[in-house]
Amino acid sequence: MSLILDAVITGILTGGVYALMASGLTLVFGVMDIINIAQGALVILGAYLSFVLQQQFHLDLFLGLVITLPAMFILGVIIYVLFIRPLKHDRTMLSILVTFAIALIIEGVLTIVFHTNTRQIQSPYVTQSFQIGDFYLSYIYVFGFLLSAVLLGALYLLLYRTKFGQGLRASMQNRTAAELIGINVDRVSAYTFGIGVALAAAGGMAFGATTAFVPGSHYDLISRLLAIIVFAGMGSLGGALIAAEAMLIVENVTAVVWSPVWSSTVFFVLLVAILILRPQGLLGKLEGRKQ
Amino acid sequence: MNVLEVANVSKSYGGIVALNGCSLNVAEGQIAGLIGPNGSGKTTLFNVMTGYEKVDGGTVTFAGRPITNAKPDTIFGMGVGRTFQLTRIFPRLTVIENMHVAVQRQGMLGLLSRWSSSGEHQRALELLDFVGISRLKSLPAGNLSYGQKKLLEFAFILIANPKVILLDEPAGGVNPAMINVLAGRIRELNRQGITFLVVEHNMEFVMNLCHHVTVMHRGTPIAAGRPAEVRQNPAVLEAYLGD
Amino acid sequence: MTDSMAKLLKVGSLLLLLVLALLFPFIAGNSTYVTIAIFAFGFAAAATGWNVFSGYTGYIALGHAAYYGIGGYTLAILCQHWHIAGGWIPFLLVPLAGLVAAVFSVPLGAIALRTRRHTFVVVTIATFFILQLMSYNLRGLTNGSSGIDFPLITDWGINIPGISFADFYVLPFYYVALALTLVALAVSWFVRNSKFGLGLLAIRDDEDRALGLGVRTGPSKLFAFVISAFFAGAAGALLSYYIGGVQPTFTFDALFDVAIALMVFFGGIGTLAGPILGALVLESVQKYSATVFTQGGGGVYLIIYGALFLVVVLLLPQGVIPSLSILWNKYVLRRIEPTDAAEDTSAGTPGAGPVGDRLPRVNEGASA
Repeated sequence: MSLILDAVITGILTGGVYALMASGLTLVFGVMDIINIAQGALVILGAYLSFVLQQQFHLDLFLGLVITLPAMFILGVIIYVLFIRPLKHDRTMLSILVTFAIALIIEGVLTIVFHTNTRQIQSPYVTQSFQIGDFYLSYIYVFGFLLSAVLLGALYLLLYRTKFGQGLRASMQNRTAAELIGINVDRVSAYTFGIGVALAAAGGMAFGATTAFVPGSHYDLISRLLAIIVFAGMGSLGGALIAAEAMLIVENVTAVVWSPVWSSTVFFVLLVAILILRPQGLLGKLEGRKQ
Repeated sequence: MNVLEVANVSKSYGGIVALNGCSLNVAEGQIAGLIGPNGSGKTTLFNVMTGYEKVDGGTVTFAGRPITNAKPDTIFGMGVGRTFQLTRIFPRLTVIENMHVAVQRQGMLGLLSRWSSSGEHQRALELLDFVGISRLKSLPAGNLSYGQKKLLEFAFILIANPKVILLDEPAGGVNPAMINVLAGRIRELNRQGITFLVVEHNMEFVMNLCHHVTVMHRGTPIAAGRPAEVRQNPAVLEAYLGD
Repeated sequence: MTDSMAKLLKVGSLLLLLVLALLFPFIAGNSTYVTIAIFAFGFAAAATGWNVFSGYTGYIALGHAAYYGIGGYTLAILCQHWHIAGGWIPFLLVPLAGLVAAVFSVPLGAIALRTRRHTFVVVTIATFFILQLMSYNLRGLTNGSSGIDFPLITDWGINIPGISFADFYVLPFYYVALALTLVALAVSWFVRNSKFGLGLLAIRDDEDRALGLGVRTGPSKLFAFVISAFFAGAAGALLSYYIGGVQPTFTFDALFDVAIALMVFFGGIGTLAGPILGALVLESVQKYSATVFTQGGGGVYLIIYGALFLVVVLLLPQGVIPSLSILWNKYVLRRIEPTDAAEDTSAGTPGAGPVGDRLPRVNEGASA
């Protein structure tokens, strides 16, 4: 029983980190109608950046984010300007291929720089743990969760309490109408992409401190993130939070009660189940006419 | 006899009422016109008649059979074809390929046969000739001009031998000379027994072509009759000039 | 040039290409090149099949690596269970492996096709990961992460004087791969010219309009999906047999879908020859660069692949063959309407026709 409780708590805590990574994906999808397949690779890139700052410069993991978040934000804006904005026709489909290509390039660069050895971020947060009931939990799980909660809260304030957020939400609802009322949708898109990538960096730090990773880990990661946002209903931020929590809890519990081997499969079985019942996902709207 | 009957149909989007207890009959063999100011519900009426939108209440009947909320393909299969205000052709198919899309309702095995050697091919060519765009047959339809697209959409509806055709602004954006050709084509088809219901803003076109005109305002008909009568009706003038 | 002359030229050049393909191993004279060609044709078959679904319907499927994997595993498992010796028999089972992949694709495709556009893409990616996980986890059937080896081929039973076993070894694979590509091409051609295929193309342009005009969109999409899965499966079986074994990591390879999509986009999505052209060019380049850039643990190779993809999508989104045919259309149009319409036909940008219109000049009897 306590094993299951342990699994549920771990699921909740890691679910928060996945919610953070998925929210970047959902945000970009909502505003630009594109799926950033590179989100997984960017998370891994974020993990390596945190790894380097910690290992080489002995910078505190959370302090390191002061460097990585802005850097990744700028990288996101650059990716948008160079590769997303030029897509004129069939943007939705082509963007999937373009971001897939970006993921490959990131994987390639990481492979050259770091080789394919398995890494994990080491730090006092990771090695020290505390006791709840009769099991031990490393501090990084709690701090990673808190980081996600803080960033998601900040994202909420940005979306609902600022003028930029207003423009962003307007662009999410109706791009053309937003343009008509004088919102610079292109600039909003660029910043949104930057924010999405910056969120990936933060998620990467927490991910890399709790999970061992290699450059190729992004495939597994993006498949989970995609499952989460489809499960949630494309473009639904609230849905992404619920879906990330639900799926990570189920995965962790499955690992305990059945087998770790099958836990990721359950993740996808849930996805298939919801698609059969509700093709639009948990909180999504039915897609309208294809045009 | 009425071939299409719309009885007391309502449709609203959120708080906006598009059709408000709307009733309309189209007699067989007629060229009926449907006019009214923008937003009066003409296109919505088309959409509910052809299954592209569901009604909130009321009934639609075609040749005595209920088609309320039936699917677009069912209604099309029964013999009601329509065009769209912004033409919906298949831009990356060639003109002749567009003609063959509407004749797909065969058994699964029939689908494996070549479209270009099918029985309809000769008729497709004739119809393209009929609307005057046969020389463009092997070009991608997206390359056609606006008016040519309207003619193509008209032609590919015809190939399915519909009994009734609903035209949504067939003359909009089409040049005057071609409008006359189009009117001639519609009359010719009408003589062959096809019933038309035409939404159009071009008054001259409607008044010259239609046998019977209905005026819509705020989601419901406010006047109907022969074109000359409708033109005189003070309520119609008010609908267009008022508010 | 008259029509019949053009036709003769076309048939003639196609026959010439076929003869070249048949003689290639003897022209190349080096089994390394033949090996590259085996992969090129294997991918050409898969890409042609993928194009029947994704190219014609416009639904981009990125999970066909799943069917490639199923094909490979099916053949390996069959060889293992039926104790089939290395040689000719496994080739006969390649279509069966494709069929098994096709059977899998029926429920998976049906679920994925409940969604549209991006959700569809994501669901296809998910199906791939599910099956990859299965190949790891269903140990009894798949032998987990160690995979299954194919029986070794020690003797083809044929001895041709002057050709060593090593040189002969690649030939059966080459011709089966070529045959598979030709079958895929024939199917693609057949579909393209059938009413069914026309329905698929109509779905690509405006699915709801096509449905409204009586096109059976649901079954059509699924059928095309199953056809494409068959060829992915058959290619998977053949190439896995050549490689000599199956393993979750490289038989279920996420890069497969990127590769296929890139090939089809490069050659021209929705065209007949595009996927084959793309596969022959890119797979050759890829196999060659993989042998050249071995340092960096494959990192350089990934970067080249990604960069190539970006270049194709950003600079050549139409692909090679459609870009050529757009030029041809412009030329034809200029011949039909030498004066006025040519500049209006912004080819390749659907829906960009000018507002306002001209009377078609042909069409006598218009006023009759």
